[in-house]
Amino acid sequence: MSEAIERPASGAPPWEYASAPESTDIVRLDDRYGLFIGGEFVEPKSGRWFPTISPSTEETLAEVAEADAADIARAVDAARDAAPAWQHLAPAERAKFVFRIARQLQERAREFAVLETMNGGKPIREARDIDIPLAAAHFFYYAGWADKLEYAFPGRGTPTPVGVAGQIIPWNFPLLMAAWKVAPALAAGNTVVLKPAETTPLTALLLASVVQEAELPPGVVNIVTGAGETGAALVGAAVDKIAFTGSTEVGKAIRRATAGSGKRLTLELGGKAANIVFEDAPLDQAVEGVVNGIFFNQGHVCCAGSRLLVQEPVFDVVLDKLKERLQTLRVGDPLDKNTDIGAINSKAQLDKISELVESGVDEGAEIYQPECVLPERGFWFRPTLFTGVSQSHRIAREEIFGPVLSILTFRTPEEAIEKANNTPYGLSAGIWTEKGSRILHMAERLRAGVVWANTFNRFDPTSPFGGYKESGFGREGGLHGLEPYLSFDGGAQR
Amino acid sequence: MGGVSQTTEITPRPPAEPIAGASEAPRIVARTTAVDAVGLEGRAAALATRSIKRDAKLWALDLTIRSIDLTTLEGSDTTGKIVAMCAKAVRPDPVRPELPSVAAVCIYPQLVPVAARQLDGTGVAVASVAGGFPSGLGPLEARLQEIRDVASDGADEIDIVLNRSLFLGGRYADAFEELVAAREAAGSTHLKVILEAGELGSYDRIRQASMLAMAAGADFIKTSTGKIGVNATLPNALCMMEAARDFHQQTGRRVGVKVAGGVRRSKQAIQYLVLLHETLGPDWMTPELFRIGASSLLNDVLMQLEKERTGSYSGPDYFTID
Repeated sequence: MSEAIERPASGAPPWEYASAPESTDIVRLDDRYGLFIGGEFVEPKSGRWFPTISPSTEETLAEVAEADAADIARAVDAARDAAPAWQHLAPAERAKFVFRIARQLQERAREFAVLETMNGGKPIREARDIDIPLAAAHFFYYAGWADKLEYAFPGRGTPTPVGVAGQIIPWNFPLLMAAWKVAPALAAGNTVVLKPAETTPLTALLLASVVQEAELPPGVVNIVTGAGETGAALVGAAVDKIAFTGSTEVGKAIRRATAGSGKRLTLELGGKAANIVFEDAPLDQAVEGVVNGIFFNQGHVCCAGSRLLVQEPVFDVVLDKLKERLQTLRVGDPLDKNTDIGAINSKAQLDKISELVESGVDEGAEIYQPECVLPERGFWFRPTLFTGVSQSHRIAREEIFGPVLSILTFRTPEEAIEKANNTPYGLSAGIWTEKGSRILHMAERLRAGVVWANTFNRFDPTSPFGGYKESGFGREGGLHGLEPYLSFDGGAQR
Repeated sequence: MGGVSQTTEITPRPPAEPIAGASEAPRIVARTTAVDAVGLEGRAAALATRSIKRDAKLWALDLTIRSIDLTTLEGSDTTGKIVAMCAKAVRPDPVRPELPSVAAVCIYPQLVPVAARQLDGTGVAVASVAGGFPSGLGPLEARLQEIRDVASDGADEIDIVLNRSLFLGGRYADAFEELVAAREAAGSTHLKVILEAGELGSYDRIRQASMLAMAAGADFIKTSTGKIGVNATLPNALCMMEAARDFHQQTGRRVGVKVAGGVRRSKQAIQYLVLLHETLGPDWMTPELFRIGASSLLNDVLMQLEKERTGSYSGPDYFTID
């Protein structure tokens, strides 16, 4: 440390945090990743590869294989071959394998967090404190169910696995979504073919190495990379169940493709959640919750609280507090431990956000963005507020999937319910009030799969998650998330 | 900065005045925004993970020294102890005269004349507890007289306690009236009101007490006496900072925040500075509006500074223990 800076000039404000980048040394990437089929990485039959980049630097991190229908068939065959032995393994033994994965994720948490941030652009603070610990927690939780399946659903008869599950996951929480899908499937005795999103395949491929280390029987977990066509091939392949998390548009296509095929389906799709702030709310914590609700993971969250409904008497004070809070959000290098908002996941997503924000301005809403310097390379978007938004604006109806909040007002609880429910989606909602009876009143009437009270974006493996209406059907997490991976010989089938 | 001990000349602000009558006290309490404990603690914990390194750390350590109220509040305090502590307050590290002095020394009333003599002309302020510290439950007139006495004995700042008995009993107007009387007794002296957050039982109560004290004319609100089990905590401090932010927004007046009790490590001090920075902003990053009541913290800061300077930690015997 040089003498020159040992005594800063009378400590005059402003205080600038020095950069505190997390080292990337822990991540060792290969130049190229094949498809993980039958317990090993294999070259794709398609012969095609595509680059995967860091959205914060636009640098290519590695090349990954693009699976075609023949590759998918090979992966599904591997899963099918592995299924009988896996299903008939003593349940406690199966649990051991799932526990091993959970422990390995904890052991290698830093490596996973850094890679998640490099490949997806999310702040290291979130990858480190939320994504990776929650992913491990899901494996731990479902591992516990593996030898207790017959007690999990009383009155439904003997549970048996569904067979081979095709699982397609999005790019916003790559490893966490893999955990949500893979953990319950394995615990229930299924084998899986997992397809990560094309922009964020790397932590799923690192998960493949964990699967190898955990010595799972070959073919129980298969991981294939590619884009939309690869996903379509998986949907069309000889699997018993499809689990999809992603856009409503693709979800509808999958629904059409699987109709009449006998394949089971769960869909977790888009959202346009209302965060409802009453005048008696703990306002500073509500503002914090609103910020967390829409700016967590750059707003790339299906359950993001993208519509803020504020009761009119506190509209001004909430807006002032929000604007002030936005000034302290730190946008930039996602590997910096002090960064609050990282990079937008891809150029395509940045274009989509920009287009919708322009539509908001064109339709007459008032835009507010804090001053902040954005890096030159990479994909970035300033945290954005819109006031003067009405229900008919596109920014109040369409899922933006970015750091953009539309603010509306309401007068009575009934009006809040009406506005909150007036959307094709129904994934989540938030209520901010000191009055317990009002929380219950609202929660009963909000048509959303998750309703948070005086908090937002909280997740736990024991708690089911999923949507109403165009937000999809089926639940993940908790017992509800186990059920789609089981068949029962008695009682009602879903 | 020159080669001699630099005093931190704190520009005196005009003393605050009550903004309301006692009859409004119940309404001030009722109007105070609610606090959600889970959200508040979550926010404090998240801010505590900020990574403050290199220049930012040096900046924070420097401000920490300049914000310390170097404190001894023991029945065993003597003239000798106070003389030694005053020397330490002025020049924290004898081999590094370029380091700043602390903001003030904080002591019991009887020792104020000693400290006033020692610190005359150094720029380090004399702060005294008064008003029946730490319980605030003696006869009112005696408590007010104590405040007047320390002011005339040369105290620049007076740390008084909120009457928690009245406040928790719901007698807000009475509690408010006592604060206003203390404000008047303190005259032009800088007045800090200790809320004793650890006795208030909830964040809602801490925020209400903050609003009450600020409305009664406190220049500073302070977390704790240091005399009970729960002293300054990050959520307590954050709760008070959020109240100060509201008060500034509503009245235009900036009220300082002092954390006291249990702050022993540089790392803790930096966490409080982060809370301050991201809640009240750059305007509050000054000893005029932020203080840390502490004793052993100072040597830990010196040790950290030495580590940043030389790259290695030295032992505690290399720092004076006045």
